[in-house]
Amino acid sequence: MKLAAQVVDLTKFYDLGPAIPVAGANDELQYAPIAANEGRILVKALRGVSIDFPEGDFVAVMGSSGSGKSTLLNVLGGLDRPTTGHYVLGGEDVSQMDDVELSHVRNQKIGFIFQSYNLIMQYTVLENIELPLQYRPGYPALSAADHEWCLNLAKKVGLGDRLDHRPFQLSGGQQQRVAVARSMVNDPEIILADEPTGNLDSATGIEIMEMLWALNREGRTIIMVTHEHDIAEWAKRQIVMRDGLVHKETRTRPVHDTSDPVPHRRMASANV
Amino acid sequence: MSFSRLIRTVQLGLKSLMLHKLRSGLTMLGIVFGVFSVIAMLAIGEGASAQAQKQIVALGATNIIVRSIKPVEGSSSDTSQGGTPRYGLLRSDFRRLTKTIPTVLDAIPIRELPREARFLRHTMNCRLVGCTAEYVAINHLGLLKGRFLTDADQQNLANVVVLASDVATKLFPTEDPLGKALQVDSMYYTVIGVTADRTPSAGIGGSLAAQDFNKDLYIPINTFRVRLGDQIFTPKQGGMDSEYVELNQITLSVKTVDDVLKTADAVRGTLEKFHTQKDFAVVVPLELLKQADQLRQIFNIVLGSIAAISLIVGGIGIMNIMLATVTERTREIGIRRALGARQRDIIEQFLTETVVLSGSGGLLGVGLGLMTPYAFLLIRWVTFNFILDTKRGTLSETTRMFSEMQPTVALWSLPLAFGISVGIGILFGLYPAHAAAKLDPIEALRHE
Repeated sequence: MKLAAQVVDLTKFYDLGPAIPVAGANDELQYAPIAANEGRILVKALRGVSIDFPEGDFVAVMGSSGSGKSTLLNVLGGLDRPTTGHYVLGGEDVSQMDDVELSHVRNQKIGFIFQSYNLIMQYTVLENIELPLQYRPGYPALSAADHEWCLNLAKKVGLGDRLDHRPFQLSGGQQQRVAVARSMVNDPEIILADEPTGNLDSATGIEIMEMLWALNREGRTIIMVTHEHDIAEWAKRQIVMRDGLVHKETRTRPVHDTSDPVPHRRMASANV
Repeated sequence: MSFSRLIRTVQLGLKSLMLHKLRSGLTMLGIVFGVFSVIAMLAIGEGASAQAQKQIVALGATNIIVRSIKPVEGSSSDTSQGGTPRYGLLRSDFRRLTKTIPTVLDAIPIRELPREARFLRHTMNCRLVGCTAEYVAINHLGLLKGRFLTDADQQNLANVVVLASDVATKLFPTEDPLGKALQVDSMYYTVIGVTADRTPSAGIGGSLAAQDFNKDLYIPINTFRVRLGDQIFTPKQGGMDSEYVELNQITLSVKTVDDVLKTADAVRGTLEKFHTQKDFAVVVPLELLKQADQLRQIFNIVLGSIAAISLIVGGIGIMNIMLATVTERTREIGIRRALGARQRDIIEQFLTETVVLSGSGGLLGVGLGLMTPYAFLLIRWVTFNFILDTKRGTLSETTRMFSEMQPTVALWSLPLAFGISVGIGILFGLYPAHAAAKLDPIEALRHE
């Protein structure tokens, strides 16, 4: 099966500076997320994570705060480099790339959806969707085709009549739709969603999840971080992180399953 | 950076600046006034030196002026005429200079004395100048009426006089002076011409004191010699004071500017051989011109530097605002970085913004700078009408200079000031732009 992304034995340590010796410190400490190492305090946010992300998968990463899921997302998003290990994205090892190359990777291979939407306030809906195109390699000017493509994306997320609105004129759900459209503009390998429904009421949250599911059904690989179980249920696979390691992994549906992800809805349709 | 991308970045910068119109406008004002003051200061400096240069040019760039000066009291002055001090240029000097130095084209001997002129009831303190026909050409003197002195007047020892404009208006307020008899001391001269107005020269250091040519009476130098003589008696307390001077000045003109300096050297050498005392001075307007040029440069540098300080203050204002902007837009920077902007893209974005800010400020400043002469006119008008409250004629030398000065905007100062403003934008924008680019995208995205 073709992999969209793969992490192998990923570790990420943060150096907090020199350690102050503590009387009675013992070897057990090295298993805690904070450990003293060669006289320095290291935060071991990731301690050897290996996960495969097949193409077309929909993965929910869960875990309490401090479990390492945010760090994992930062590495997956090309915003941070792992201390050791490999991160292969679209057949290319991006784990030790420099800032310029990583920027390119973020631009071309990753679509971001954030909890707080992260739209640029002074831009219209359409300009926000077009934003990643500004940083394409070679910086070509926007062509008519690009414009058409962005218009189609806006229509697809149901904002075809709000193209000239600014983010503050839109509801939270509408802003998140703009973010969804923006995440797809460069046709990325993976879509990273960081708590995409965290700031939304449940009804709007479901709207957004429907949208993500529709994208996944088209064959998009989606990696979503969430701590809500009912949101995680939309995914085909749930990964629970704890203390910088994969604690539990459950696959609820096969990779290429296209059936309705919501169990009671599935049942309701079967009863008809 | 490709052209389309440059346009895009500039548009982006404009858009961000337009979000905070008041803030951008106020920031820009710093640069506007900085650029304006650079241009204005240079214009005023230019105006002042242009005035000095005009005076020097009026003396003639191809002229060499030799003046008699009274030696310091107590030095070895020649008193062969029974106690009468005897000094200055001699007619033999004049002949020697004109005969022996081949580059000398024209030469005029000049003799001057302060005298009271009278016509009917009108009197005026004038300067009686004995000169030759060439005087008019060498000093670029215009004639209002009649004619100037001629060689025939010299040979005939004619009792004729040419009036300077002020004399004509003061002594002949209602009638035509031509043909009238003007009285100087006990002698009468027939008025044959009136010269045009001539700008008074300020003292340019050395032996050239400030001169007001508009109170001159020109008579043939031969007539001067015959009528007044070389030995002049002036009444003083308890007797008479006398001195013996043959010529007060010799003005020489050469063909080209290149000849001036070596001719001046030759003149100096010749005169030094025959004068035992230091009773003459050689004034070369060309040298003065060069000195004035240096003075102007110093002036420009000093005034320009003072103005540049205000530009720097404007730059600091820009830097301050841009740093605030970077903090304010941390989130935006994070978003852009997450979506693929390199550090360089962020630097370019913020740098473009500051350059657009300072550049447009610079353009406005250049526009204001072009108004300098009018602004100066206004200031002068206010000064003379409301502050100084003086009548013309009681003006001191400096105020007269102020009243006659015309600031001229130096064309080269426009691109210079504009360039500096853009440079200031880059210089003071670099740090904020770098600070923006160095932000950690993860931190920036989390920023509230």
